[in-house]
Amino acid sequence: MNGSVRELLKAHEGLKHEVYLDIENSSIVPKEVVDVMLSYFNQKAYGNPTLTHKPGWEAFETIMESAHEIATFLGCKNLEEINFTPGETEANNLALLGLAPHLKDRGREIVISEIEPLSVMHVAEMLNRHGFSVRKIPVDNEGFINLERLKEAISKETVLVSLSSVNHEIGTIQPIKEAVEIVKDKNPQAIFHTDACDAYGKISFNVQDLGVDLATISSYKILGPRGVGALYVKEGVKVERILEGQIGTQKLWPGVENTPLIVGFAKASELAFRNFKENVERMRTLRDKLIDGILTKISHTVLNGPRDEKRAPDNVNISFLGCEGEALTIELSLNGVYVSSGSACTRRVLQPSHVLVAIGRKYEEAHGSILMKVTRYHTNVDIDYVLEVLPRAVERLRKIAGSMGVG
Amino acid sequence: MEDATVSAVAGNPACGDMITFYLKINDQDVIEKATFESYGCAANIATSSIVTEKVKGMKLEDAWKITWKEIAEEVGGLPAVKMHCGILAVGALKRAIREYYRKKGTSPAWLSPELTFEEKQALEEEELARILSKRLKTTGGT
Repeated sequence: MNGSVRELLKAHEGLKHEVYLDIENSSIVPKEVVDVMLSYFNQKAYGNPTLTHKPGWEAFETIMESAHEIATFLGCKNLEEINFTPGETEANNLALLGLAPHLKDRGREIVISEIEPLSVMHVAEMLNRHGFSVRKIPVDNEGFINLERLKEAISKETVLVSLSSVNHEIGTIQPIKEAVEIVKDKNPQAIFHTDACDAYGKISFNVQDLGVDLATISSYKILGPRGVGALYVKEGVKVERILEGQIGTQKLWPGVENTPLIVGFAKASELAFRNFKENVERMRTLRDKLIDGILTKISHTVLNGPRDEKRAPDNVNISFLGCEGEALTIELSLNGVYVSSGSACTRRVLQPSHVLVAIGRKYEEAHGSILMKVTRYHTNVDIDYVLEVLPRAVERLRKIAGSMGVG
Repeated sequence: MEDATVSAVAGNPACGDMITFYLKINDQDVIEKATFESYGCAANIATSSIVTEKVKGMKLEDAWKITWKEIAEEVGGLPAVKMHCGILAVGALKRAIREYYRKKGTSPAWLSPELTFEEKQALEEEELARILSKRLKTTGGT
């Protein structure tokens, strides 16, 4: 192990409490999900689902049941509309790149927003280099898509629109149904894709009600295991594979299916949708306790994104002025609170979160932002602990910034 | 530092990295006290801290010889994306030393009029931040 990482980890010894709030970047998988997954490694359904033996048939059956379960929660017409992928990134790549060959003869315009996740943004930019033009719809200061601008952007040339249902960083719940209506009204041929990773299991989301053609969902965003997600493709919409190889049960994604992960995804879905209303209410209560606590306890703070019903029930994103975000994530970690930041320093390039820049945040505000997502497993004790640790951490870093901070 | 003889800034908040160095220098050109303020990431704070520790009690001539590579090594190595933090810390130190002699109106033979690598890099980063700010402000709606 790297020496400095070892030292860092050693500095965490003796923590009295730990609170993991970085669901944006990886889940902490509940025991009941892990327990269900374990038996699929070596006790049952461990075979390749396309093969003609008992463990293979068991795997086939298990994958179909899981797909059926997820299809039901999403409001699909049939389970063939669910295509498992290794995750959100892959599903978004499959959606955009897999549609492109079928669309290129119809038109060359793609419409996205300024605040899409990078697996939509960068893929759209890639298509831009291959002959498509990409229009990015601006958002207001709470992250809502400008529907007027969307309407203006749609033409006969528009072949694909991709807009997230809930923004992954600031929790803005978009008016997707209206957006779909606007798009289809102006161009019924245009395909509508939505990244629904922060909507599935968190807000009411039904592909048929919304009228979307494609939707991306991810397992870890609902506390399932990492390494699995799915792309909903409405019956009749043509998507091409972007990888080639042995095709098993998943027509759009070659290779051997990972049955334990798929089972974990289905189990996590089941848990999110069982007592859905109470789960959402619980997250909302914890979310608001955290937001209100921070805004009242710590000066020079700004909430990023909307409030109340318009905000995802789990999302907390706050900028701490005079306090650099990456340094704050480390300071918090040393106190057992695990979060992420939209600071440029946490990225590979010197650019802060494009989402925060798009809603008009200044660089200092974007660099000082912290993203947290609560789950139904968090408690009031956890939130109280965060509210005890956070003011001290911010104060310490503001002291280090001295005259350059907010004093 | 209230009784600082000289101070210097390097970096830009748009990049998320900015350091101010304060030096108290005696009439023998020896650094008696050094402190810093950092609006920046952990690597920025760590390298700044090491620089201030290191220069305490040093003659300015010796402090001038410190390179960002030495500081990066002392902090236990820096990943590629964090190298600029170490460069910025040393850049701020060199700017402070230069400023001290400018105010004093003298220039010792060892103080080259040409900018050091760290000072040049700090300038480049500040310029990059300005370009980046402009570029980010004009994107959107394309």
